[in-house]
Amino acid sequence: MAAESALPARRPSFVQAVAAVVWKDLAAEFRSRELLGGMLVFALLVVLIFNFALELDVRTRSTVTAGVLWVTFAFAGTLGLNRSMASEKDRGCLDGLLLAPVDRSAIYFGKVIANLAFMLIVEAFVLPVYGLLYNVSLLHPGLLGVILLGSVGYVGVGTLLASMAVQARTRDVLLPILLFPVVLPVLVAAVKASEGFLQGLGSADILPWVNILLVYDVIFLVVAWLVYDYVVEE
Amino acid sequence: MIEVRRLVKTFGLKPVLRGLDFDVAPGEFVALLGPNGAGKTTFLRILASLSRPTMGEVRLSGYRLPGQAAAVRSILGVVSHQPLLYGDLTGEENLRFYGRLYNVPSLEARLTDVLRMVGLAARRRDLVRQYSRGMQQRLAIGRAVLHDPEIMLFDEPHTGLDQEASQMLDEVLRQVAARGRTVVMTSHDLLRSAELATRVDVLSRGVIAASYPRATLEPAALPALYREVIRGG
Amino acid sequence: MEPMPRGLKVLNAVTGVLFVIALYLVWFYAPREAVMGEVQRVFYFHVAAGWVGALAFIVAVVAGIAYLRRGDHRWDRVGLASVEIGIVFTLINILSGSIWARPVWNTWWTWDPRLVTATVMELVYIAYVMLRQGIEDPERRARYGAIYAIVGFISVPLTFLSIRIFRTIHPVVIGSGDPTAQGAFDMTPKMLTAFMFSLLTFTFVYATLLWHRLRLEALNERVERRKIELTAGGA
Repeated sequence: MAAESALPARRPSFVQAVAAVVWKDLAAEFRSRELLGGMLVFALLVVLIFNFALELDVRTRSTVTAGVLWVTFAFAGTLGLNRSMASEKDRGCLDGLLLAPVDRSAIYFGKVIANLAFMLIVEAFVLPVYGLLYNVSLLHPGLLGVILLGSVGYVGVGTLLASMAVQARTRDVLLPILLFPVVLPVLVAAVKASEGFLQGLGSADILPWVNILLVYDVIFLVVAWLVYDYVVEE
Repeated sequence: MIEVRRLVKTFGLKPVLRGLDFDVAPGEFVALLGPNGAGKTTFLRILASLSRPTMGEVRLSGYRLPGQAAAVRSILGVVSHQPLLYGDLTGEENLRFYGRLYNVPSLEARLTDVLRMVGLAARRRDLVRQYSRGMQQRLAIGRAVLHDPEIMLFDEPHTGLDQEASQMLDEVLRQVAARGRTVVMTSHDLLRSAELATRVDVLSRGVIAASYPRATLEPAALPALYREVIRGG
Repeated sequence: MEPMPRGLKVLNAVTGVLFVIALYLVWFYAPREAVMGEVQRVFYFHVAAGWVGALAFIVAVVAGIAYLRRGDHRWDRVGLASVEIGIVFTLINILSGSIWARPVWNTWWTWDPRLVTATVMELVYIAYVMLRQGIEDPERRARYGAIYAIVGFISVPLTFLSIRIFRTIHPVVIGSGDPTAQGAFDMTPKMLTAFMFSLLTFTFVYATLLWHRLRLEALNERVERRKIELTAGGA
């Protein structure tokens, strides 16, 4: 029997590949809502614990809010990062992604965008809740901008490190150990910039922090892009 | 189509493949047999561009691995031990996702065809989490043929399948072969291999220890021949 | 058992001599500092240890990049050995800093940018080791080590920068009132000599330890290979 010719081999564009990965992660998560649910509950619990651990009276609240928020985001973020990579590794799905004719970095960026979406959703939930509980207005555009920049940096490095941590036996414990020393500049800068906006400080005080966030985000996204091949290959 | 010369693969200091030579012409269907731990899966993963050779040359359709792996992936279809499917997505969503990754033209029509071919058209809107093992394997095969690859690699695809699913798989394999695709399939099932393949090779101790073209092979004699080769005769 | 190469024997001797000289310089040659007294002598080795910690990190990153590009696992050995030495010397740096701080500022810890950065660097080092311990495949272990070393190396200066800005904008500090909290003192020429010599000596110590560690690792691998050969038998 004469061989039928195969369909011509095609590759998706980089953007198409990234979009496919993002859509897949979001769709799978909205079906099960396990990841988001876990992150949200955890974040609320952390806020609650802070209420009892620190005396959040009216005076101290204004100085401490930024720190409490970012610690909450950092811990909840770790949960999300771990789960997101584990779902690929556990059913061997990572192989499925690696078999496809797409750039490895497309997988990275797809995951970063999806993880960022999850983190932003949790933050969007925590902010109004915190605001209600402590009668503090948190809907400041500058603050929201800082939260976005900080989350990008956190998720950018976090996705890279989670891709490595997930290969280890001690994966759940390992990710925070790897991530926190390295993501400190983001946390420090994000807290100080957030504080600056909340306390209505001038731009001379806030600008250096925003600069650090920008520099960090750009540098690490580029580094991760360059290095991701080495993370996923065998 | 597939050329392998002096392939060596070591994990740390442990050698698994020791200078393996292997050739497959276009349109051939090679069944690869061998005991557990012989390196069949390792070999298949290298052919699938998922693993790098430690030494040696591997060419698929003229492209060298690992350097030109990206070019090869669009003409490769792989079915491995694990289904490579997302449990939280439906059958058709899984195919749609992979179809996008391979930039399959007329995706919706194509995935409907494939679902029908593997007998899952009725369950396309169900979550893969709810599929039986046999159904998952069938969907995995659907995923592998979706982009109509020229080269197909199957790693013990009949594992865990019941009678009905196995036969359906055989039918798919025959169809693929009939369309002139090149196939390499590892297996433990001697008789089935002899039936489906145009050639049966035996991987033992890190090299191809024996090779039996279908034309010269008496299927009933295969088990005895196999035992001989494994023992090192 | 392979004999020690001649170069290493010479290096051992040279380092030993340098160390003795350094001790003399620090304890007897350098003058007693006016304000802080004898405890200031910790400074010489404190900074030298910090220098080795930083040097070890640089070497680890260079080795990591070289490994990723060449795939030669000898680079990985260099990276691992360097990190191990870095862990020890950074710890010496932190502890000696603490010992120095106590009598001078009456506190075990200051939020000085340098001290905090050294601590963060130590945590990165430890994370590196823990990452490697969790990975079984040797090749992947080496690759991940290299990647994390690179990531860590870029983040540490950024950490230093952010803590520095933190301190200049908000000089309120737990313990000491001085925002730079470094214990400013001017170095006389004799002190400078002792200081530079300490840096030199510790660099030699680093190189000696590195060589020994690399040798150890190479011997280790030979043992492993022999084990595999013997157990694989006539396979």
